[in-house]
Amino acid sequence: MDASHAGPLTGLASYIFPNDYHVHWSLMIVLYPYISGLIAGSFIIFALYHIFKIKDFKPVANYALMFSLAFTAIMGLPVINHLGRPDRAINMMITPSPTSAMAGGGFLFNIYGLILTLIILLYFRPVLVELKNAAQGIFRPLYGLLSLGSDNLSEKSLNLDRKIIRILVLIGIPLASILTSYVGFIFGGTKANPLWTTPLMPVIFLLSACVSGLSGIILTYSLIKLIKGEEPDEAFLRTGTKFLWGFFIFAFAFEMLEFVSHAYLAKHHWETLESLFWGPLYESYWVAQVMIFSVPPFILLGILSLVRVKAGVLKIVTPLCSLMLLVQVFLMRWNVVIGGQLMSKSERGSVYYHPEWLEKEGLLPAIIIMLLPFAILFILSRIFPFWEDRIKPGIEAPDSNPGA
Amino acid sequence: MSSFRDKMGMDRRTFVKKVLSGAIGGSLLLVIPAGATELPPEQIPGMRSEKSTFTQRRFAFIVDITRCIGCGSCCVADKHEFQVPDGYYRTWVERYVIDVEDGVYVDSPDGGLEGYVEPRKGLPHPVRDTFFVPKLCNMCEKPSCVQVCPVNATFKTKDGFILVDHDRCVGCAYCIQGCPYSVRFLNPKTKTADKCTWCYHRVRKGLLPACVNVCPVQARRFGDLNDKTSDVYKILRGHDVISVLKPDMGNKPSLHYLGLRREVV
Repeated sequence: MDASHAGPLTGLASYIFPNDYHVHWSLMIVLYPYISGLIAGSFIIFALYHIFKIKDFKPVANYALMFSLAFTAIMGLPVINHLGRPDRAINMMITPSPTSAMAGGGFLFNIYGLILTLIILLYFRPVLVELKNAAQGIFRPLYGLLSLGSDNLSEKSLNLDRKIIRILVLIGIPLASILTSYVGFIFGGTKANPLWTTPLMPVIFLLSACVSGLSGIILTYSLIKLIKGEEPDEAFLRTGTKFLWGFFIFAFAFEMLEFVSHAYLAKHHWETLESLFWGPLYESYWVAQVMIFSVPPFILLGILSLVRVKAGVLKIVTPLCSLMLLVQVFLMRWNVVIGGQLMSKSERGSVYYHPEWLEKEGLLPAIIIMLLPFAILFILSRIFPFWEDRIKPGIEAPDSNPGA
Repeated sequence: MSSFRDKMGMDRRTFVKKVLSGAIGGSLLLVIPAGATELPPEQIPGMRSEKSTFTQRRFAFIVDITRCIGCGSCCVADKHEFQVPDGYYRTWVERYVIDVEDGVYVDSPDGGLEGYVEPRKGLPHPVRDTFFVPKLCNMCEKPSCVQVCPVNATFKTKDGFILVDHDRCVGCAYCIQGCPYSVRFLNPKTKTADKCTWCYHRVRKGLLPACVNVCPVQARRFGDLNDKTSDVYKILRGHDVISVLKPDMGNKPSLHYLGLRREVV
């Protein structure tokens, strides 16, 4: 995980503090905010349908909930893998350390996970009761447990469920937003690092979370439909495209605003930041994040939102833009997490960092961690039939037909 | 059967004898001071006094840039004192070279462990000035590392030292990111955060930090600011130019630099 010296780039005048050759926050810590963004973003998609009555999101509302749960289940993995002493990881979840942004995150993460699980269990309770009655063997007690031990599907009971779900979702929206914003604050609150220390950081993390969450849902939904040989819902794709463009307008604008404010204010750290942006970060920031994965999808989504293109075009270009934006958000996380560590606190030099494939925090473990949620989603789809039209959750959007 | 019982009885007697002799021998060791545990003479006045209360001390560290000769003795002493792994530094010495065109060139090969015995080569212009800057933990009054630690493993003692509880640290490296001075590292042996402690274990016994102890030119000074006869008290209240590193960070370091130059970060 040791970084290499920038050498010829920074020349003779460069100097790196002896302890700054080690990039301690690796690819795993890039994944951590990335996953938290996917969790929050997908939950917001569910909330847009359930609370804000964006009915076109109905085809993916259940899926978005499960998507959020699957990524919540593995959110701790990159951090645990990163820790020098993973055997003490539990200390991070149980130690009250009110001054540490990281410690606060542990509690937030626990509460969010609990609320999300409760929402899902209540949301699917009518389905789970039905499945319990039809199940045999070990599935019967499993569904009995998941349906919270209640077979009561009376209108009174379902109304109570609806009320509780509504309250939980209303708590969940700010909680999911805080969950991903706080990760931004972990960086934004690190005053020792001039790239990180900006109040814009939590805002950027939240907006890019919405982008990645919606992109993740659109892309995987389209792929699942493709694999199943079914047509994706056109109304969802059209509305999803507009929302994605909207989220990305704000995310991209704030990302650029962050750079511009650094450059315009030109405080004493600007010289260091400038050498970083035009040095080790040039390719991953300017070329990849901005020029390749921001500008083209920005233009394409704009066209798709403003011009009524054919459904066939939409079904190809929107998932493609989603894929590009998923990469864009990943690059943004990379450029923040890794980028901030490439400049020495000596303010006189930079290092380079390239993850290895097989190291503990390398590319292969990262890929495995990112694939795990899809395995979890597959298992969840066997327990909660959230794709099947024949069985629908008892709780629908407020003004739609309950139990339909 | 009887022979077996005899043997058992004999073994019991032997066991009791051994226990008694061990207990008596151990007790004697407690009352008779062994030469190996004898401490060197007290270096911080009053620390070993019965009336000494460590919480009433306010320690400060002063690095005198005008005195440092870049010999690297401090770094060697530190590495030996703490068995610091290669490539990681609790303290290091930087060499600053300024040429006639005001170009500033800084280096610290191997943290200055070998001492700067050769002048820096390959500079484009003649050298105008050169000096050495030892670096170590700043023991901040408002330490970022303590603030960010999610498990309270990094903490501040009542006498102002910032220490790491290696039995509690999870090795998340947040403190390393939070430290403006890059004095922290993740120890590859313990997998926990590590840094200079100003030799707290020595100080509590009335001894100076190892690096201060070996410095041949008194470029490193250490003492109690509540002791008006101490060097650090006199220097900090004198007329010399004294500053701290990165004062804009607001961490209020207890590590002061005498003759700090504006080129130093």
